[in-house]
Amino acid sequence: MQSLRRLMWPRLARSLFATPLTDPPPVVPEELVQALADRLEESSQQRLGRSLSIRQVDAGSCNGCELEINALNNVVHDLERFGLRFVASPRHADVLLVTGPLTRNMREALERTWACTPDPKWIVAVGDCAVDGGVFKGSYAVEGGIGAALPVDLVIPGCPPTPTQMLEGLLALVEAQSRPAGR
Amino acid sequence: MPPHPFALVGSGAPQPCRPHPRFLVTRPQWATLVESLEVTPEVAVLGLWGDPALVHAVLLDEATGRFCIASAPTADGRYLALSPVRPGAARFERMVQDLWGLVAEGAADLRPWLDHGRWPVTAPLAARPAPHAMPPPQPEFLPAEGEGLHQIPVGPVHAGIIEPGHFRFHVQGETVVRLEQRLGYLHKGSIGLMLGKPARVAARFAARLSGDSTVAHGWAFAQAVEAALEVTPPPRAIALRALMAELERIHNHLNDWGFVCNDAAFTWPHARCGALREGVLRAAAVAFGHRLMMDRVIPGGVSVDITPGGAAAVGAALDAVAAEIPTLLAVYESHASLQDRVVGTGVVDAGLAARFAAGGYVGRATGRGFDARAMPGYAPYPELQPQVPVLTQGDVDARVRIRIAELEDSLRMARALLAGLPPGEVTVALPQRGGEGLGITEGFRGECLHHVVLDDGGLVRAVFPRDPSWLQWPLLEAAIEGNIVADFPLCNKSFNCSYSGVDL
Ligand code: SF4
Repeated sequence: MQSLRRLMWPRLARSLFATPLTDPPPVVPEELVQALADRLEESSQQRLGRSLSIRQVDAGSCNGCELEINALNNVVHDLERFGLRFVASPRHADVLLVTGPLTRNMREALERTWACTPDPKWIVAVGDCAVDGGVFKGSYAVEGGIGAALPVDLVIPGCPPTPTQMLEGLLALVEAQSRPAGR
Repeated sequence: MPPHPFALVGSGAPQPCRPHPRFLVTRPQWATLVESLEVTPEVAVLGLWGDPALVHAVLLDEATGRFCIASAPTADGRYLALSPVRPGAARFERMVQDLWGLVAEGAADLRPWLDHGRWPVTAPLAARPAPHAMPPPQPEFLPAEGEGLHQIPVGPVHAGIIEPGHFRFHVQGETVVRLEQRLGYLHKGSIGLMLGKPARVAARFAARLSGDSTVAHGWAFAQAVEAALEVTPPPRAIALRALMAELERIHNHLNDWGFVCNDAAFTWPHARCGALREGVLRAAAVAFGHRLMMDRVIPGGVSVDITPGGAAAVGAALDAVAAEIPTLLAVYESHASLQDRVVGTGVVDAGLAARFAAGGYVGRATGRGFDARAMPGYAPYPELQPQVPVLTQGDVDARVRIRIAELEDSLRMARALLAGLPPGEVTVALPQRGGEGLGITEGFRGECLHHVVLDDGGLVRAVFPRDPSWLQWPLLEAAIEGNIVADFPLCNKSFNCSYSGVDL
């Protein structure tokens, strides 16, 4: 028994025939896609296609948002099946996914990260803190949301938002790339 | 021979702190305390913080399991440093200087810590903070000298999805000669935000000190408030808190076990641990309405009762974890490529861990068997009899193995709690009065300590939340010395210290 447990190949072979653990894709809100498509048009940004590289930046989070962003990578949410993936450098990124109320101590690092990200690029604020500072609003140590420093394209509120909510937002971003503006 | 630190502190003026006493000592007594600590290694300094005109240190006598707080007045904003006799106090002293403007005389290190020179004020928690408009200074790092040394700066923005912090490596070839951490990037001013708020509002900040330990910190804060107000939450609330705390331990231990394997480029355990952990979080959402169980522990009890389908959902998630641990463990143990990376890597010396009083799996992997659930112990743990595994190797592997052992014990306790949930209410009303309390709980990482003073209107007059990472971070600097740079992610993950928790 013990020796069988150690062997990995029977497990891997079995999983070839098992039903996948992955959740079905979430339904993407139509209005959100359209709003993002309009925003693309307005800024006359170049389209990025149906695959996005994401660089995550923690700008003051309590780490709750990071736990849920990490969960996007697990086999149940499996972000990569949608053409979305996390990259290690902003220089490879199309999207900055930013959490936290933007502490004063992180502002410069976030601005520099943004400057390193090649155009065209999106900025997504994840979590109530990133939207407007959340519970930390008004502290001497925070700017009060990512919008205080950078032009936010999409907000995903929640404390923390669930991986499914994040996935909805990110998929809306992918959809918007292939959609003409509404006007 | 100076008197024992506890005898010395106990001769000060008693203050109304519950359940652990606090004494106000004079400045000469504080000076004797420093001498006394030098010859009493079994007394640990678990935290140090300020007040506009006082400093407070929480002490633990590891021989007897007693806790107490020593408070001393400052003179012209100065007090005698503890760092010469307790190296773990050094970062607290730097923090106290940044937040309260109090200077530790004779301190080992007084470079700024949380204050990067970017706030509109200095000493924001002092009686009169001063406005600040200078450009931020360049940080200074400790030097390392020798032939062929070079530096590698890493962060604050890291390559992975983790919190920000700066690591300055001095390396010789592949080998790390010195690592120095520079944190503070996440400083949100939590203490300032908690002041003047009713206890239940301030609890929201305790729950957001470090999101991965939201239950443990929420509970420690609630304990402190309840001790201050002399209220006892209903038995059902206590059992539900413990259930949530054990679920939190389980999901974090699974997460980090998987990540350590992943950092050694062995992805299968990571995938499996991730799936199991997702099951636990979903069960928590069914049972308590929130995946991380944030804001579920409140002063006076818990904010929600377990849902009708909650027990079954949690039970099923626990069964799934229990069923797979033997396989995961067998795979972890029998793959040489993995064992080669974790065994003997990032060794923490037992003497050093004891000197820093490092808690959690960092201490327990190198011979320091402290667990707040057993000492001082708090309801409902005496009945559950938590096991405290202790190893002595002190390497990445030992830290992982402690967590696997705890995982199994948490499964046992969570099941016992589910099977025997007492009936009844889940909150008691908080009386509107003043008081002072110290709360101590064991989070997945180690002990969480919260000290709270409420004024007569029930508003927070003083508070200090102490995350266990304060005494673990410095050991990571020591653990990586002499290892190769490529092993740093592995070491770091095996510690998994909280950045937000210590950045306040
Ligand atoms: S939104 Fe909530 S979970 Fe996210 S960083 Fe802020 S407090 Fe933490």
